[in-house]
Amino acid sequence: MSPFETEVQLAGSGPESYFSMVIRRLLKHKLAVISLGILISILIFCFVVPLFFKYEPTYSDFSYLYGSPNSRYLFGTDNLGHDTFTRLMYGGRISLIVGFSAAILPIIFGIIVGAFAGYYGGVLDNILMRITDAFLSVPSFPIYMALAKVMGQGVINIILVFSFLGWMVDARLVRGMFLSLKENEYAEAAKAIGVSNLRIMFRHLLPNAMAPILVSVTLTVGGAILSEAGLSFLGLGVPSSTPTWGNMLTNAQQDIFIAPRLVIWPGIMIFITVLSFNFLGDGLRDAMDPRLKL
Amino acid sequence: MDNREVLVDIKNLRTFFYTEDGVVPAVDGIDLTIHQGEVVGLVGESGCGKSVTALSIMRLIPNPPGKIIGGQIFFHGEDLLKKNEEEIRLIRGDKISMIFQEPMTSLNPVYTIGDQISEAITLHQKIHATEAKKRTIEMLHLVGIPEPEQRFSQYPHEMSGGMRQRVMIAMALSSNPELLISDEATTALDVTIQAQILDLMRGLQKKLGMAILIITHNLAVVAEMADTINIAYAGKIVESASAREVFKSPRHPYTYGLLKSIPKFTEKRTNEPLPAIEGMVPSPYHMPKGCRFNPRCPFATEKCREEEPEILELTPGHLVRCFHPIEP
Amino acid sequence: MATRLVEVQKLKKWFPIKGGVFSTTVASVRAVDEVSFFIDQGETLSLVGESGSGKTTTGRTMLKLLQPTSGKIIYKGKDISKLTPNQMRPLRRNMQIMFQDPYGSLNPRMPVGDIIREPLDVHSIGTRKERQQAVATMMETVGLRPEYERRYPHEFSGGQRQRIGVARAIIINPELLVLDEPISALDVSIQSQIINLLQELQQRLNLTYLFIAHDLAVVRHMSDRVAVMYLGKIVETADNDELFDHPFHPYTQALLSAVPVPDPDVKRERIILQGDVPSPINPPSGCHFRTRCPYAMPICKEQEPAMIEVAPGHTVACHLLTRK
Repeated sequence: MSPFETEVQLAGSGPESYFSMVIRRLLKHKLAVISLGILISILIFCFVVPLFFKYEPTYSDFSYLYGSPNSRYLFGTDNLGHDTFTRLMYGGRISLIVGFSAAILPIIFGIIVGAFAGYYGGVLDNILMRITDAFLSVPSFPIYMALAKVMGQGVINIILVFSFLGWMVDARLVRGMFLSLKENEYAEAAKAIGVSNLRIMFRHLLPNAMAPILVSVTLTVGGAILSEAGLSFLGLGVPSSTPTWGNMLTNAQQDIFIAPRLVIWPGIMIFITVLSFNFLGDGLRDAMDPRLKL
Repeated sequence: MDNREVLVDIKNLRTFFYTEDGVVPAVDGIDLTIHQGEVVGLVGESGCGKSVTALSIMRLIPNPPGKIIGGQIFFHGEDLLKKNEEEIRLIRGDKISMIFQEPMTSLNPVYTIGDQISEAITLHQKIHATEAKKRTIEMLHLVGIPEPEQRFSQYPHEMSGGMRQRVMIAMALSSNPELLISDEATTALDVTIQAQILDLMRGLQKKLGMAILIITHNLAVVAEMADTINIAYAGKIVESASAREVFKSPRHPYTYGLLKSIPKFTEKRTNEPLPAIEGMVPSPYHMPKGCRFNPRCPFATEKCREEEPEILELTPGHLVRCFHPIEP
Repeated sequence: MATRLVEVQKLKKWFPIKGGVFSTTVASVRAVDEVSFFIDQGETLSLVGESGSGKTTTGRTMLKLLQPTSGKIIYKGKDISKLTPNQMRPLRRNMQIMFQDPYGSLNPRMPVGDIIREPLDVHSIGTRKERQQAVATMMETVGLRPEYERRYPHEFSGGQRQRIGVARAIIINPELLVLDEPISALDVSIQSQIINLLQELQQRLNLTYLFIAHDLAVVRHMSDRVAVMYLGKIVETADNDELFDHPFHPYTQALLSAVPVPDPDVKRERIILQGDVPSPINPPSGCHFRTRCPYAMPICKEQEPAMIEVAPGHTVACHLLTRK
């Protein structure tokens, strides 16, 4: 008789790290893979292609305003003779940087607040959540406008403003997750072997809360790109001289009947990017749960 | 026993589940006979197909993913599997009733228990509401619920687990069924409450004379209750005999091993290890070839690994599915 | 004389129920209500009782996973009941717990090797390599293939997961192990495998067990001594055979008689208790069992019965004793 309880093959395909498991499972998710491909292409488009491209975003060809696409200007030119193709690339840089930063910073802050509130409960929870409620009840739009006036327009400022006003939803999400996760027996098991509270929170509970957090992050990236576009549209975001997808939309609005493509191109970029982030988020959520069969 | 009329006769029932990961042969050729007024035990571990058998009789297999793909279930000589949804609805909850392991989830939390039992009664009997209420209170009294008039207007959450199971039994018996299926009905209960419910079921069976199919993993429960016992393993019946026969001279190595392995409450403590059955229940996606018990069987031979044994009547009334049955 | 490993004196664990506008304590669930017992080195004490008896809470409070409301927990002569979580941490090496639920007690996002190794990491025992080696050895000890180390809990069956739970609990060589219904979630044919494993490990490693269970057949097979709990109180404690052969307390008698026996020829005299276990929020006055006791007397309502030794090592809390 074998000393082992079982000779039966286990499910799954063999030993691997958590990371490689997530990647392997993510690759099974068609929409997520396509989205990931698109996002990587967009990143290359915005950050690598400009290195080999001839025009600066500020270059103007005054002899060719509202120019149609031709071999020199692939997507044509705008009202100032800027090359649309070039500006899409440079604009994407800013939009993506704003999107990522405005998603990562608040989620980090939200995780810290939510984890402590949910795990410890009691008075700490009460204090942290009342602060969160206070922030949530602040009307964000006037604040955006006021801060934009006080701090001035600029990329860093807009990231800070988004982070400052964007962590509350994440904090509540994480708190809710921690409230239920800490009741799991494995949290008690960890306590029983002498694991410290911080380690229980961040090594045991956080990985189990990652799925909804990641989905939230990807949605926030998309949301932040949209918000940046919205604020820029109102003239409160990034200065209109700096190209972002949002600014490009804004500048093109008065020309929508003359040259609709000037609206369509940045619109499509925003649309595809946001959608891809959302699909990627769905895929990640499924891939990160080892219990879920794909 | 056998001179009583056959009530239910299941022949070669096969119920499969078609999941994304493959086909699960949950019930794969189960034969089972229940006579009128007989208490039959169907015993097995998780995944042996015992609950799926019960749901197949009730025609309650969720489809998809489940499907009854073969066999017959005769009830009074008529094949239940040939009946349409409307015909089966008239039998279900009327001639055949079922009680489950979790009385809390089987009762609707927003209606009083009285309303729920009355509804079950008026569903199958054309009687007036006041009549139904009277009958409900009778039923509550019958299952030993104190002060049935007051209890009538209570909600499920106001009752304990044992009381809720009594309510379920009252509901199941309100239509005077000929067959009561009890699917792990006492498993979730404490020992003293389990004793109450088993006592109640025994008493009601004697009084009302219905047949009971007891589905459980607990050998001791069937030993106390059943006339006939069927042991299921991995979707098949491996042994079927009178309760006495099964416990006194088990012939299938699985039954034998199982009975040997459970600690005996009545025996003094020894420091000997229990004679455990090695290995684990096979995965439904990878059923072993040949006899399904062969990887865990100490008597398995080459034949057992290649061929699947038929179920054979070794002595009158004692059926065993094994090439090498244990000599009594 | 055996050495006393742990002694619990008048342990109390009440859970407050908050309510009202100012979340004040409106009532308490008296889960454990002045419970006293001891466990000697190397023995198995079983704590039996039905749901709501407080046996699980007793086990967890004894390990200080829950803060006791009052009472003493004397571990090797030292009262640990007042220690802070930080002071408890080094002691956790000596006392471990194995849980009932093979699904909930293992972190689904951690490979089993990491789960088993974590106690060594937390208490900084050995080098990285030594820990890795210890995990492999431990997995073999409990009957798991060391190759499965990078697998996740969901890939294992219930029985295998309980083996993982055992491995995690004993890898740091604890003295005391609380087994909280370790087999009740398992299939019948798997239960005996785990029982055998636990007994083998106890002998090999000289472990002391507090075995919390409701299956009395398993309790009889596993225990040296047995304590019976009812509604937050221990009503009877005795050596294994003494308790099963000469139960004194009416509740113990009813409990034992209620156990079904896998033998159709044994027709036992059964004491069917009436009614349900009362709520631990508002337990009956005097003796908690009196509302269901077939022998209840007027005094049972007025006075709580004291623990009286009826035979060496056999203590009972019942007024029937003093009446005689």
